[in-house]
Amino acid sequence: MTAQTLQRPPAPDADAAARIRPRRRFTGRGLLHAYTWLIIAWLALPILVMIAFGFNDTPGRYNTSWVGFTFKWYAPDQLFLYPDLTDALILSLVIAIVASLVSGALGTGIGYALGRYRFRGAGSFNLLMFAAISSPELIMGASLLSLFVSLGTGVGPVTIAIAHIMFSISFVAVVVRSRVMVLDRSIEEAAADLGASPWTTFWKVTFPIILPAVMSGVLLAFALSIDDFIVTFFTAGTYETFPIWIWGATRVGIPPQVNVMGTLIFAVGVLGAIIANVRSRSGQRTR
Amino acid sequence: MSRLKRKIAPYLLVLPGGLWLLIFFAVPMIAMLSLSLQEGDIVAGYRFTGHWQNYTDSLSAYQTQLIRSLIYGAVATILLIAIAFPMAYWIAFYGGRRKGTYLFLTLLPFFVSFVLRTLSWQQILADEGPVLSPIRDLGLVGPAFHILGTPVAVIGGLVYNFLPFMVLPIYVALERIDPRVVEAARDLYANPIITFRKVVFPLALPGVFAGVLMTFVPASSDFVNSEVLGSSETTMIGQVIAAQFLDNSDYPTASALSFVLMVVLLIGVFTYARILGTEDVMKVAAR
Amino acid sequence: MAASHNVDPSLLRGLTQRRFGRRDALRLSGLAGMGAALAACGVQGRGTQAPASAEPDAVAKFWAGKAKNGKVDFANWPLYMDPKRPELAKFTKETGIKVNYQEVIQEMGPWFAKVQPQLTAGQSIGFDLMVITNSFQFSQFRDSGFLAPLDHAKLPNYAKNAGAAYKKEEFDPGNAYSIPWASGMTGIAYDRKKTGRDITSLADLWDPEFKGKVGMFSDVQELGNFGLLALGINPKGSTEDDWKKAADHLKKQKSAGIVRNYYDQSYIDRLGSGDVWLTQAWSGDVFQKNISDNKDFKFVIPKEGGTIWTDNMTIPITAQNPVDAITLMDFFYEVGNASALANYINYVCPVPAAQPQMRTDAGKLTGEDQDAMLAVANSKLVFPTAAEYSKLHYYVSFEATSEQQKFQKTFEPIVLG
Repeated sequence: MTAQTLQRPPAPDADAAARIRPRRRFTGRGLLHAYTWLIIAWLALPILVMIAFGFNDTPGRYNTSWVGFTFKWYAPDQLFLYPDLTDALILSLVIAIVASLVSGALGTGIGYALGRYRFRGAGSFNLLMFAAISSPELIMGASLLSLFVSLGTGVGPVTIAIAHIMFSISFVAVVVRSRVMVLDRSIEEAAADLGASPWTTFWKVTFPIILPAVMSGVLLAFALSIDDFIVTFFTAGTYETFPIWIWGATRVGIPPQVNVMGTLIFAVGVLGAIIANVRSRSGQRTR
Repeated sequence: MSRLKRKIAPYLLVLPGGLWLLIFFAVPMIAMLSLSLQEGDIVAGYRFTGHWQNYTDSLSAYQTQLIRSLIYGAVATILLIAIAFPMAYWIAFYGGRRKGTYLFLTLLPFFVSFVLRTLSWQQILADEGPVLSPIRDLGLVGPAFHILGTPVAVIGGLVYNFLPFMVLPIYVALERIDPRVVEAARDLYANPIITFRKVVFPLALPGVFAGVLMTFVPASSDFVNSEVLGSSETTMIGQVIAAQFLDNSDYPTASALSFVLMVVLLIGVFTYARILGTEDVMKVAAR
Repeated sequence: MAASHNVDPSLLRGLTQRRFGRRDALRLSGLAGMGAALAACGVQGRGTQAPASAEPDAVAKFWAGKAKNGKVDFANWPLYMDPKRPELAKFTKETGIKVNYQEVIQEMGPWFAKVQPQLTAGQSIGFDLMVITNSFQFSQFRDSGFLAPLDHAKLPNYAKNAGAAYKKEEFDPGNAYSIPWASGMTGIAYDRKKTGRDITSLADLWDPEFKGKVGMFSDVQELGNFGLLALGINPKGSTEDDWKKAADHLKKQKSAGIVRNYYDQSYIDRLGSGDVWLTQAWSGDVFQKNISDNKDFKFVIPKEGGTIWTDNMTIPITAQNPVDAITLMDFFYEVGNASALANYINYVCPVPAAQPQMRTDAGKLTGEDQDAMLAVANSKLVFPTAAEYSKLHYYVSFEATSEQQKFQKTFEPIVLG
């Protein structure tokens, strides 16, 4: 059986699959269903613990044993009690925004070129990106620190952003490339036939088509950046992002504020994902 | 003129991002290689002397940790395949309209900071935490039984943190399989086990391959899980590298170890690609 | 792909897209040539070691022409001051100097590694005042010439109020570069309910009865010094042979399965969660832990002795606002301010007069607040008695970096297992 014989339109209809399947395998199916939920519960467990301890009425500096229920950590004066924690969160956000935008722009350029053109060096480039994606974060962080140490430059927000952009570019490029590869060239050619310059064609025709891929690349870069610990650990110098602050605080006890901020970030992320999901669904319906 | 433009267009597009990758990914590796061959101490400074003994010295001092890391990474990866496959299988074939929801639930941990969710496990698995206390009270385990500080906790943490990276690629591969192919196979072989072995699993292999790439490398170079959930008996090479870099400022040793780790992992990845990388698998993957 | 909005499968596909052969590996190595220019670089150090004691005119030289600028950047450890920073507000009100307080120091090693490049290049590290422990890195800072010599004429409160013990610390003779922020003792913390008896001796940390329930510090200074003390060796003046003996003693403790793990400050959580029953511990943490968890953990300085360490205020040599920094340093030696600080930190207070002050202040409070403050004021952990001070030892000190590296290499394998 070769791969070619398996070629079929993308987007298989799962419902159809379910319909074809005979009912007799119900037990195995039920077991798998239960198993899936078991794993999901396992995945959710530490998150639930984190959320719960954001409501723990601990009287002291440590927040590891359950004392009682309270909402007090959610009050702004409590939530932002640690100025450094607040600063760290802001720094994380700023770097994530900068890193996702810059790597979005640079990565789109690479992805577009690799998907659209055949050119000498494209193979080397793919290899470089593969190496960047599959390199251990530890090595990237350590080698960047080596570079900055060797050059005698300091480290700080700029070097964090440089590092985040570096490891995000390849991800954005890969996402954009795969979209550009399946692009229907005839649309671009039609635009050119109608007298549009390549520049106009790109911005008016091509870009809107690849925009969803660019967006998902940017979002991916944002997510990679805001949660990054290992690379940041090496390139942050005396500055602290949200994960770095938490790491430092483990030594002296994590205050409930961290749980609350973690919970809020979680809530915003989940809400954002749900909204994006609903919107793209309704978008598909109207199409 | 226009042909020339077409010729240089891809290079112009690739240039900014490519330079970024070159300067901040490739060049640092060289800086690290250089550091790994230097001699001195942090107060007097390090000088390049081609001191290759850094490699032999650090390897003989830390080979235990290096081998341990590779074993942990491998065990975690095998467990990940075993755990993720049934889940991905169920979502791909029986997820129905809720496929998106299930995938989203699989991704839940990503909405919580890596450091925070690992710390949450520390709380859950503590000797007097919510898991161990009841089973000890029931007399199921002895008073000295513990999970934290053992390889079980560390590998468990690795599996937890990287599970989505294994589920998603396997899901993507399975999801592309035409249910009719499976149906036909079942008619031919009539045995679901043989059908699975001869049809479903080979078609899912590219996904497993991608999953292994995305989990084995970060798992074996991780230092957070062992730091938070492990003990001195579970020290991984990532912790050694981080400690030499950041605690002891012993850059040559840290760089030498980083380089060895990267080379070992890359050899592993390439060999793996050679063995499993038959053309068929690659073609399916490339679709 | 209606189902997977959350992940772009093309990303996963991208990873499996190509096969890499020997040619690719060659290409990658060609890339390596790009950075060859860097190979000649080294990591700048100071080249020669600065003399341990400053030249006589170093103070005058550094402080000449320095004036108050109205602001100071202060780097400290997390949770080392009331998060509302009342003391700093008071300082700004009194002096007009604004304080930018950052909790950026988490461990000495990383901190040194982080600021070393800037200090070597003679650049500002963005801070005028930093609190550093008397660990290996203190001498690294000092020997590299990274610390500004202090002008004691600008420290009248320190001269008047600092405890005698804090004026003759071995790691910084004559307080040439540092004055204490807070000090602490390293002893043993234990859960009386689980150990079933009072812990008094370092030998208890080696007792097989507590197999798997003993915590030790991962910091090699702390670990090594306890190993020495357990064998009855005074860390001061100990030799390389002594270190080896101590390391062997610690290895025995480890191979017998007595040690659960080697911890940083997270040991206190592990004590709270029951992972360890008795552990090497710092004095201030037990106090806080008991308040937070409503527990009754004990802290004891073992009869063989414990160690004392000091976190010190220092001015980096490249500070932009040294006059403001030294003003702030002296401010913390006013008795009222020292007392307020100690009330939050709960570590050893270097100002003995803060004790009566705190008792007076407590008199003005009522109920729980009063009890809490009195507990601090009367705590031997915050204000140790002379008898307790006599049991405390400073860390092993080193003449040269090479000696320190030997010490490190002797004890490190125990921790890294």
